[in-house]
Amino acid sequence: MTKQVQQLDRVIIRFAGDSGDGMQLTGDRFTAGTAEFGNDLSTLPNFPAEIRAPAGTLPGVSSFQLHFADHDILTPGDAPNVLVAMNPAALKANLGDLPRGADIIANTDEFTKRNLQKVGYATSPLEDDSLSEWRVHAVPLTSLTVKALEDFDLSKKDAERSKNMFALGLLSWLYHRPTEHTIKFLEQKFAKKPDIAKANIAAFQAGWNYGETTEGFSVSYEVKPARLAPGVYRNISGNQALAYGLIAASVQSRLPLFLGSYPITPASDILHELSKHKRFGIRTFQAEDEIAGVGAALGAAFGGALGVTTTSGPGVALKAETVGLAVTTELPLIVVDVQRAGPSTGMPTKTEQTDLLMALFGRNGESPVPVVAPMSPSDCFDAAIEAARIAVKYRTPVMLLSDGYLANGSEPWRLPEISDLPDISQEFTTASNGEDGTFLPFKRDTETLARPWAIPGTPGLEHRIGGIEKADGTGNISYDPANHDLMVRTRAAKIAGIDVPDLEVDDPDGDARVLVIGWGSTYGPIAAAVRRIRKGGGKVAQTHLRHLNPLPANTGEILKRYDKVLLPEINLGQLALLLRARYLVDVISYNRVRGLPFKAEELAGVIQDVIDSDQ
Amino acid sequence: MTSEPLFASGKTSVNGKGLSLVPKTDVKQSLKDFKSDQEVRWCPGCGDYAILAAVQSFLPELGLKRENIVFVSGIGCSSRFPYYLNTYGFHSIHGRAPAIATGLAASRPDLSVWVITGDGDALSIGGNHLIHALRRNVNLNILLFNNRIYGLTKGQYSPTSEVGKITKSTPMGSLDKPFNPISLAIGAEASFVARTIDSDRKHLQSVLREATAHRGTSLVEIYQNCNIFNDNAFEQLKDPEVRDDITVRLEHGQPIVSASKAVVRAANGGIEVVARDSVGDDQILVHDAHNPDPSVAFALSRLDEPAFEHVPIGIFRQVARPAYDTLMAEQLDEAAARTGAGDLSELLLGGDTWRIS
Repeated sequence: MTKQVQQLDRVIIRFAGDSGDGMQLTGDRFTAGTAEFGNDLSTLPNFPAEIRAPAGTLPGVSSFQLHFADHDILTPGDAPNVLVAMNPAALKANLGDLPRGADIIANTDEFTKRNLQKVGYATSPLEDDSLSEWRVHAVPLTSLTVKALEDFDLSKKDAERSKNMFALGLLSWLYHRPTEHTIKFLEQKFAKKPDIAKANIAAFQAGWNYGETTEGFSVSYEVKPARLAPGVYRNISGNQALAYGLIAASVQSRLPLFLGSYPITPASDILHELSKHKRFGIRTFQAEDEIAGVGAALGAAFGGALGVTTTSGPGVALKAETVGLAVTTELPLIVVDVQRAGPSTGMPTKTEQTDLLMALFGRNGESPVPVVAPMSPSDCFDAAIEAARIAVKYRTPVMLLSDGYLANGSEPWRLPEISDLPDISQEFTTASNGEDGTFLPFKRDTETLARPWAIPGTPGLEHRIGGIEKADGTGNISYDPANHDLMVRTRAAKIAGIDVPDLEVDDPDGDARVLVIGWGSTYGPIAAAVRRIRKGGGKVAQTHLRHLNPLPANTGEILKRYDKVLLPEINLGQLALLLRARYLVDVISYNRVRGLPFKAEELAGVIQDVIDSDQ
Repeated sequence: MTSEPLFASGKTSVNGKGLSLVPKTDVKQSLKDFKSDQEVRWCPGCGDYAILAAVQSFLPELGLKRENIVFVSGIGCSSRFPYYLNTYGFHSIHGRAPAIATGLAASRPDLSVWVITGDGDALSIGGNHLIHALRRNVNLNILLFNNRIYGLTKGQYSPTSEVGKITKSTPMGSLDKPFNPISLAIGAEASFVARTIDSDRKHLQSVLREATAHRGTSLVEIYQNCNIFNDNAFEQLKDPEVRDDITVRLEHGQPIVSASKAVVRAANGGIEVVARDSVGDDQILVHDAHNPDPSVAFALSRLDEPAFEHVPIGIFRQVARPAYDTLMAEQLDEAAARTGAGDLSELLLGGDTWRIS
């Protein structure tokens, strides 16, 4: 039987199931096949904070969304074209996001009376006509898997476990994904359990064959590879890119990396990743608490290391005092905040941009800290190097504001040439700088205002630093009013004077009257929304802030150039507050704090409203 | 110029003792070399002066390069200590000195790192960092100045103040049971635990000698007099009339005795204090600081309850255990030996890649 093949330019798939169903793994493997095939892609994992919520319930639903295309894309997609629902809970939790006409592949085996009751379905939606506006493919995934594996010496339970691979096989057929890769992966993952490896591979192939032979699927789809810029690519998540960026920063600064960290969602993966790379001379220290994590990093920095601490919002709150100590002792330090929904514990696995004002101002005293925010998962690599560059050059703590969306999302990353990475090394101070061979630890570089970085082990430069106010130059304890005023202003001037690149505006025709500005992880949805507006003939300019402190020198001038400035943020208007105060520009805020990234369609609507109101 | 990569860790992974990884000086040093140019600003009569002088006159004995010595402190009267020493110094924030020193010592085994802290700093706000530093066994010398009062905030009770202490914050007497720093340290898996007194320079220096020879974390509790807010807290230990009877000297391999008392095994399995002339020499407990089993050391730390009847002074526990910084360096070496030194290009190209031309 020859089946019809239909060409598509892009597809959004969402795998959804119980936390124990292996949906993240399924999504990862589909992503790997898609990356290998050469599509551009973007992913959005979404999982509960509970490790195993009660099976079959709505809080236990875990999902993985993947957007892939034959052109460059910017987001994991607004609404899935296909939902794979492994049980009734997965269907119910995700149906609201599914546009009419989308495909639903439902595992009928799990639509039992009990499972339906658990999520409040009186009758099975597969059997009443409540899903008539969607294209439902009812597939007994579990029993087909068990049947495919009946020749294996496996318990029924073990066989059932491979149902996610059956689903992966089916979807791989449906979208013409290469299979070799997944087979190799399964062989490696279960190298020590060859029987399990074989069973999973058999389930995967059975899923593929099911698609090929069953009449339930008459059409398969092809999405041609994307024409991306030439180069070598790999798929990478934000946390992994950030960890690699820190390693690169260590190499490019010629400073050994010391990570002091305490496990916290969604930042822990950076600790996990860095702990794998000890051969780079990286010391990873799992501290007793958040405070010790940053304290140890600062101690290591005093000793000449590239000191880093990684955390999420609640951890930043605990580290504030030590960051203040780093500000006043003027030592390099990188504080990575992978933001999550707050306040307090909030929603640990959900994303938010609500720590901006804490990063900027959440310390006692006048305590300026540079802030850098990556704009995409792969940009976490460059942003980490940039944070390190500023920290080392200006001897200052730097906040690096990632978030849950960037951390766990992934996209293809064109690998940089190592030779193109910036040299961010700085010399330690080894010679005295005062009269008669004395050393003045707070005598500054006239250009950068950075103080000397003289590390223990350097003869003749023994000195004492601390949290008490220091006399200009000597660094001796000082309570002199004029000196304090001078030091407060000098520390502020040092940060204000950091060399950050000018903002660039994307305005193809140069005649837009509305500017949309964002920062951090909202870049993708904003840029996708801007594309939609332009496609429809609308005029809108876009710019994006990567440096939140200091702001680029031309920020005010750009804001004032437009009739209207729109600023979408996943908070209640934190950057808007800042821009309004600093530049007296009537910034229009658009805010949602749902623990989820913006959708492109949603933002396109908001932009259109602003354009319309400008007529 | 020391901006050569500090990646090389090979030289650090030796099973060195004490400060064997810290470079030595050829130059003869004296007390004067360790005095900074800063005016010492403790209250006249403060026990800190005696400790500072003892440390300054002890350091030349180590013969270390001065630039390889770092004093890290928290907050409190004692924490001003680093300013007065002509070494590298870091006066940090309240309670956090052990954490900061851990990062420094773990990444720089070529340094002699000291933590100067007080009873409030180490046992109240910094209690968590202290216990974890002790269990990790990073190569640190922690000097805990215990004056059983908050001095810098002007006289509130501290976590070592006796129950019922009348202070500004406890006009009807404090309610909380104090910590016993020695018991706490032994419970926290410390490999070196000692107690000494500010006024007994000879004993203080003998303990420092052993503490610096110990590779790993050493905790030295120093009874220190605050003559403003808690004067004479340790007077019995200094009073020539009674001190020899009260002070129970702990010396490894020696019977545990004071002038008039002896420590023996009790019938209930524990230990007890008896009149020295009531028992034969063979019944007196011999001190074994190197005993892997901490139970006797722990019992000795509880000997002095109620306080100041018979106070053990000296080294309670001194056992060999790999230092954290050594183990950490060994893992770096092992990783490099297994797969070669890190190569950034190889790292980025690792995993699944594809080429678009």
